[in-house]
Amino acid sequence: MAQMTMIQAITDAMRNELKNNENVLVFGEDVGQNGGVFRATEGLQKEFGEDRVFDTPLAESGIGGLAIGLGLTGFRPVMEIQFFGFVFEVFDSIAAQMARMRYRSGGVYNSPVTIRSPFGGGVKTPELHADSLEGLMYQTPGIKVVIPSTPYDAKGLLISAIRDNDPVVYLEHMKLYRSFRGEVPEEEYTIELGKADVKREGKDVSIITYGAMVHASLKAADELEKDGISAEVIDLRTISPLDIDTIIASVEKTGRAIVVQEAQKQAGIGAFVVAEINDRAILNLEAPVLRVTAPDTTFPYASAEDVWIPDHRDIVDKAKKVYNF
Amino acid sequence: MTKTIDAVQDQFETFQILSEDGEIVNESAMPKLSDEQLQELMRRMVYTRIWDQRAISLNRQGRLGFYAPVAGQEASMLGSHFALDKEDWILPGYRDIPQIVFHGFPLYQAFLWSRGHFQGGQIPEGVNVLMPQIIIGAQIIQAAGVGFGLKKQGKKNVCITYTGDGGASQGDFYEGLNFAGAYAANAIFVVQNNRFAISVPVEKQSAAKTIAQKAVAAGIEGIQVDGMDVLAVYAATQQARERAIAGEGPTLIETLTYRYGPHTMAGDDPTRYRTKDLDSEWEKKDPLVRFRKFLEKKNLWSEEQENKVVEEAKEDIKASIKKADGAPKQKVTDLINFMFEELPYNLREQLEQYTAKESK
Repeated sequence: MAQMTMIQAITDAMRNELKNNENVLVFGEDVGQNGGVFRATEGLQKEFGEDRVFDTPLAESGIGGLAIGLGLTGFRPVMEIQFFGFVFEVFDSIAAQMARMRYRSGGVYNSPVTIRSPFGGGVKTPELHADSLEGLMYQTPGIKVVIPSTPYDAKGLLISAIRDNDPVVYLEHMKLYRSFRGEVPEEEYTIELGKADVKREGKDVSIITYGAMVHASLKAADELEKDGISAEVIDLRTISPLDIDTIIASVEKTGRAIVVQEAQKQAGIGAFVVAEINDRAILNLEAPVLRVTAPDTTFPYASAEDVWIPDHRDIVDKAKKVYNF
Repeated sequence: MTKTIDAVQDQFETFQILSEDGEIVNESAMPKLSDEQLQELMRRMVYTRIWDQRAISLNRQGRLGFYAPVAGQEASMLGSHFALDKEDWILPGYRDIPQIVFHGFPLYQAFLWSRGHFQGGQIPEGVNVLMPQIIIGAQIIQAAGVGFGLKKQGKKNVCITYTGDGGASQGDFYEGLNFAGAYAANAIFVVQNNRFAISVPVEKQSAAKTIAQKAVAAGIEGIQVDGMDVLAVYAATQQARERAIAGEGPTLIETLTYRYGPHTMAGDDPTRYRTKDLDSEWEKKDPLVRFRKFLEKKNLWSEEQENKVVEEAKEDIKASIKKADGAPKQKVTDLINFMFEELPYNLREQLEQYTAKESK
């Protein structure tokens, strides 16, 4: 076991897969010699060579096309989009091409591509760096979407993502990159995609969340406990597909739930989680399932992040509302 | 400024080997093709012309779905394809069905693709083609990736891809050329300039006088070819292929061509935007007429041979349509099963629901 930040765990996962499979290629803008704008690919080009880890021209769409083409010739591309706000440039390659490759070829071809990309607020980035756009991906049949919240999850999930034979969007919250260290085994391990993790067990209210909101929810759960409310915190880890069994088992136990996301209310995946709970566990509910989200505006100007991004207080309030319904 | 533009354009003169009368006008560029190969080229062009006529008619009868006519572009499509090796990759646009069929994709599957059936996407093992691309430009960036992959694997093979004159305005067109150039990928980009993107003439796409000169922006080789001249198209593609597999990088080939029919069979009426004069001007340049004249002079082609091809094409088409008719009806469960290697919970549930529904 080693103590790693999430970004070190991500690098470690890529190193492991570059070593494990010679078809794995890591590429994107500044991921080579520079080691990535966040150092996620630090040292990888030096260790594995320019053939395996390389820079691209500055064009997200071209990077997506490159990944598809390399995938067709037998490689396992791990491409980086420098910030997920830039996904719009490569939306066709992801949503209309990779996501459909297996289907449109009737199972003959596939796109074993992993798309790594940072996102997330709280670090005062300039415009279109921090937006939570995972909801767009959730709405696209044919891709999986993974969002880790701890160094341990980050490594195991990234190894699984790279080994998956279908496209996986792997979103890395910038605020979590270096905010804390966690135990990460040095050897390889995988975490099954599509499996949530109960980060804290509770009996009164389920808090279903992902990304940086996992930590805000854990903080909220501590506060709720002081008021005698026992919150169960479920970290979805993979938001597409959802781990429906874990979600429903928790709601059946607690009878109350809130869904917490950093994205705007009209975005993210909160509405989908609520709908699934309504479909499957309405008879277990003591109260409606409520959502903690950002307001439905464009992502805030940097100095307004603090008043805009949901935090543990919003979660405490909403959990109490549900508890006292 | 004008001088600079002129100087650029002067480098992209139209490459031609065969005149409209079927005379060799550029002997030194004449590709080395055997008599049999020349006849095979003609056979394929005639076959494709008949197939186009039949496809239009089958579409009107409702026996085919989406269809983008190809008459007029036979030299551009088949001349370029003829320069390829079996192991080369083709990333076609939606009009480029002849190339993938002559690369090994069965005709009945091309008909199923037209109708919208999953078997129309199931490329047989060992046939290195993708399904026709509907998103104009996407095939260009993907070709850069396939070409780079082939280069990485040290293969003496190329990836060829096709788009139209309108497609050269897309961002993905520039990105694909530029990526392939930056990586010296084994790629050939063919722009089939038939002068119209649906109703929009090429002059409204760009102020550039040639599309071939757009290669300059990527720092790669570009050539403009008489796309009604099958020998010139073949020669240009063959040279581009040799350069690519020698590690010298990609080439952009612009073929000047024309489609005699509508843009697609989905209600497009070319009389709304094309004059009769323009149509007849290009009909004089018919790639079949000119190559037929050339072969006849060499005693390599006769009416009898042509009729044989026509009959063979009609028979094949009939048999292929029949085979397509025999394809199983698609079920929702089929579609679900093609989504992932391993189905997620939502699709597992829906698979169960539709399995029950289908067994009723």
